[in-house]
Amino acid sequence: MSRIHVLKPGQMTTVQDLGRPGWQRYGVTPGGAVDACALRLANLLTGNSENAAALEITAAGPTLRFAEETLVAVAGAEFEASVDGIRLPAWRPVRLGAGAELTIGTARTGLRCYLAVAGGLAVPRVLGGRGTHLAAGFGGFDGRALRNGDVLKIGPPTAWAKRFTPTLVGAESMVAARWEVGAAVRPKYTTAPVVRVMRGPQWEAFDAVVHARFLAERFVVDARSDRMGLRLSADGGGLLKQPIGEIVSEGVVTGAVQVPPDGQPIVLLADRQTVGGYPKIAIVASVDLPLLAQLRSGDSVTFSEIPIVDAQELWMANERLLATVRQGIALHAV
Amino acid sequence: MKLAPLGDSAVIVTLGETPDAATVAAGCALAAALEAKPLPGLIECAQANASITVFYDPVRIPKRGGTSPFQRVCRWIEDRAPSAGQVAPISGRQMTLPVCYGGEFGLDLEMVGSVHGLTVDEVIALHSGFEYFVSAIGFIPGFPYLRGLPERLHTPRRPTPRTRVPAGSVAIGGAQTGIYPFETPGGWNLIGCTPWRLFNTYSQAPSLLQVGDRVRFRPITSDEYGASRSS
Repeated sequence: MSRIHVLKPGQMTTVQDLGRPGWQRYGVTPGGAVDACALRLANLLTGNSENAAALEITAAGPTLRFAEETLVAVAGAEFEASVDGIRLPAWRPVRLGAGAELTIGTARTGLRCYLAVAGGLAVPRVLGGRGTHLAAGFGGFDGRALRNGDVLKIGPPTAWAKRFTPTLVGAESMVAARWEVGAAVRPKYTTAPVVRVMRGPQWEAFDAVVHARFLAERFVVDARSDRMGLRLSADGGGLLKQPIGEIVSEGVVTGAVQVPPDGQPIVLLADRQTVGGYPKIAIVASVDLPLLAQLRSGDSVTFSEIPIVDAQELWMANERLLATVRQGIALHAV
Repeated sequence: MKLAPLGDSAVIVTLGETPDAATVAAGCALAAALEAKPLPGLIECAQANASITVFYDPVRIPKRGGTSPFQRVCRWIEDRAPSAGQVAPISGRQMTLPVCYGGEFGLDLEMVGSVHGLTVDEVIALHSGFEYFVSAIGFIPGFPYLRGLPERLHTPRRPTPRTRVPAGSVAIGGAQTGIYPFETPGGWNLIGCTPWRLFNTYSQAPSLLQVGDRVRFRPITSDEYGASRSS
């Protein structure tokens, strides 16, 4: 079994997949990659199932040594990345030679990128998922972010990866494919996205002034944001003149926009709680969650309302697009 | 029963105003009925307090001309909902959890007492003298929301949450009492600590407590706490 040696862990590098659904009744959040779209594409580019375990890299990346030849792909935010001093291109499969040292530096734009390896990271499945549950300390690699000296195991590559890897010919320690996932398929990351939302179950608990401000104002991302949630502050100060009472704690979803008593919204991300008592003014359309996943402190967001039927159409169209990518990648090694 | 969308991939079904035993039982019965014969595309049903949340994948919900996946999921939930008469009361287990109250185990015990004009011993006697009902497991893995806190102990949450609440902490938040299974940030008032482990990923049912269980607390000394921790 091939291995990856962690020479430098990066700011916060965790093993993530698409999450562990089915355990929310016990308080276990599905978790997984914050930018699930980037994780899926990175996995597809290495011949993996979309749900394979990969590294989620945050703000400043790790330095890794690959014991054996490995097919890898990076997707998501744009990071400085190099192998033995040569720039590693993202959004495409790359063959690394045995002993290659991959250094992922700081993010140029955005916050998170994903490094997938053909075969996926071989960490045990815990409650149906391979992702790291940081709060409870289970899943992923030892239930925590990577540290110096950790050694990650890689699973067996798929038949596609075995056929495709030798087509990347060359003696260099890094050979990249000549093709990539096109910009049309990647999420349209920006530092000030307009994010589409639907009305939340407590929309009516807020008055017309709050509704208007919520859909017009710019919200700035606070430094206390993390995998659990994006903390926002409204340009015009807190949204509430007087606090709205808590509700009986009920289920929440990723993308729920909660308004706590201080009136500064929190958008729940992958490591969200499973239930919450703050009123939810809106819910972000699933298709726009990757845009939020890439926001850093100081970036901003505005919200625009769409009907559920439109949000579902957008999601289904996005899935059709991903299906064509999947077919396209398959054809590169037949 | 009231259905409302929770974005493009979930529906929240509210079964009552408050998480009383009948409402919780209705939620559990509905979640069980939905999962017994799942619609393709159903991801999970999670009961919590007075509602259940139904998670689904809009792409995999079977198509039917002119309707959205959301509409089809709502119709399916309505069709499968057991009528009120069919819901049996929940048969939870009876559990008694040891708790070491006060001191370093419950930093806010004295404060809770002073808010209500009670001595520390009176708070302990009250808190351990009632039976509680688990109306939800949630927030973090294995955290039980316990109903039945005597009104004399209702205490508002702390204005500023603590950044670190020790694992096992027994706490009061408003009209509820609960237990933190893991060290996390938290805003409830800490009155004691149980040596028992509330969440175990290697167990078939990873949460020690389940919705519907009835819970009592038994005061123990710090020596008993230490002995129970190490055993």
